[in-house]
Amino acid sequence: MKLLLEHAHVEGIRYYDTYRKNGGYRSVEKAFKMTPDEIVEEVKKSGLRGRGGAGFPTGMKWSFLAKPEGVPRHLVCNADESEPGTFKDRYLMEFLPHLLIEGLIVSSFALGSHATYIYIRGEYAWIVDILEQAIGEAKNNGWLGKNILNSGFDCEIYVQRGGGAYICGEETALIESLEGKRGNPRIKPPFPAIQGVWMRPTVVNNVETLAAVVPIINNGGEEYAKIGVGRSTGTKLLSVCGNVKKPGIYEIDMTQTVEEFIFSDEYCGGIANGKRLKACIPGGSSVPILPANLLLKTAKGEARYMNYESLSDGGFATGSMMGSGGFIVMDEDQCVVRHTMTLARFYNHESCGQCSPCREGTGWMYKILKNIEYGKGKLSDIDLLWDIQRKIEGNTICPLGDAAAWPVAAAIRHFRDEFEWHVNNPDEAQNRNFGLAHYADPIHIPAGA
Amino acid sequence: MKFNEEKLNKVKEIIARYPEGKQKSALIPVLHLAQEENGGWLSTEAMDHVAELLSILPIEVYEVATFYTMFNLKPVGKYVFEVCRTGPCMLNGSDNIIEYIKEKLSIKEGETTPDGMFTLKPAECLGACGYAPMMQLGKHYREHLTKEKVDAIIDECRRNAASNN
Repeated sequence: MKLLLEHAHVEGIRYYDTYRKNGGYRSVEKAFKMTPDEIVEEVKKSGLRGRGGAGFPTGMKWSFLAKPEGVPRHLVCNADESEPGTFKDRYLMEFLPHLLIEGLIVSSFALGSHATYIYIRGEYAWIVDILEQAIGEAKNNGWLGKNILNSGFDCEIYVQRGGGAYICGEETALIESLEGKRGNPRIKPPFPAIQGVWMRPTVVNNVETLAAVVPIINNGGEEYAKIGVGRSTGTKLLSVCGNVKKPGIYEIDMTQTVEEFIFSDEYCGGIANGKRLKACIPGGSSVPILPANLLLKTAKGEARYMNYESLSDGGFATGSMMGSGGFIVMDEDQCVVRHTMTLARFYNHESCGQCSPCREGTGWMYKILKNIEYGKGKLSDIDLLWDIQRKIEGNTICPLGDAAAWPVAAAIRHFRDEFEWHVNNPDEAQNRNFGLAHYADPIHIPAGA
Repeated sequence: MKFNEEKLNKVKEIIARYPEGKQKSALIPVLHLAQEENGGWLSTEAMDHVAELLSILPIEVYEVATFYTMFNLKPVGKYVFEVCRTGPCMLNGSDNIIEYIKEKLSIKEGETTPDGMFTLKPAECLGACGYAPMMQLGKHYREHLTKEKVDAIIDECRRNAASNN
């Protein structure tokens, strides 16, 4: 089932004429015959959940937008995709820029945003050109600018390039950055829906979320909600990386088992180089890593599926999260300690420095992990790491603290013996990896989980 | 560094995207322009020029320029290799690519070759995880890196530099 990527392989789909010939901009024609509230209602009915990672219902987020008389409102598209393992928004913008522009026009109309901003991570420099070209084409064809389709509605879309900061994917940090400041997250409340960019009511949505508005309007919210499973409605883009045969972008309707997704030729095609599956981080680097056995089956022994509910089955003790859809697969030769160390370095580099637990804790965790990885660790370091991550989680203004704590916690929870082996065999650990151990055994429930 | 007429118009165009009086919002896009214009880094002079153009205090520019990774506050080589080393790239051998570049160019991480041609800047996740290992070179990504590809990229840079002189 493909909704977003239906025409992804049509030659020239990046350009307006081809996109239009393939049914593009129909949702705008339809939306402008509806009232803004009716559009919000369709999105609510669709059950669409934010595709950036948090999974918050989009229609509900839209309905929180304050509409004080005489105060402009803004829609901001979060294209600051920076979560390790995640590169789906890049794909959408690079190959289907008009799909995003179309979703933005409909969403801007629904929310009453006359100036809509795409905040894109600074490193995606060439995509800025692609988006600006698409915006120019849309404008030349009357889909943007003054009085669109004689509706009396005016809208402009601007692309804002960031400066290379993971934290700007957090919506209040993004807003600060859009105002030309450091990306320090704001204390909530007030929420952006009340006071966002320039203190005006603002909605911030992920690229994929806004693109999904197109099929929702075209087919109706109820039709969209029929796709998927339970509260995981519609389709989800997965960006797959690591040690699989076919890394890349996949659109799924969330009915597949994890096993089918990893091993079938339709999706990842199995583990690369004839190796075996050791572990996987299924939703971007912040979500808990799972050993092969808990990834493929829940603690109850049931098959695990590729959707929000099933991936989080068992909580953090034995489950993980769908997150941003960044699916990182590790084969039997990979070292969990080293991988966790690179993530700790990442979060330390990206901490904005505002809250002490995160600013100090991320650096401390990185140093300890580096010691363990390079054969200078102590057994007590493992408990110390656990203690530090626990003191970061929930004690910071924004979720970066949690995002830094969870990967460390999960790595210790499920792979403690690998950490201990590093400490006890420092010389050997420099020359070879711990391997698969029992991580692929039928079901291994960690002690104290 | 001072912007020429063409760049000043570009700055005006960027400022026009925001509401009246909110020209500070143009800061990051304008800093990118200034960095390009100033040979890949931001001197104090360049940052002060930006402050003046946006009618904000120089400190407002410095605090932003020091926060964001993409802004270089020291001179860099003509070609900056920003090689990703975060988890997903690491799983696909980015450590070996970084080691190879260090060896080939005889520089350490963060250093520039004596001829001012190349800087090696290890980077954190650039959103190309499925096409790892990778590096950013100027505006574009170079993906699925191998030692042979690194050799070819270095040759390509040297050729481009020679033909520009």
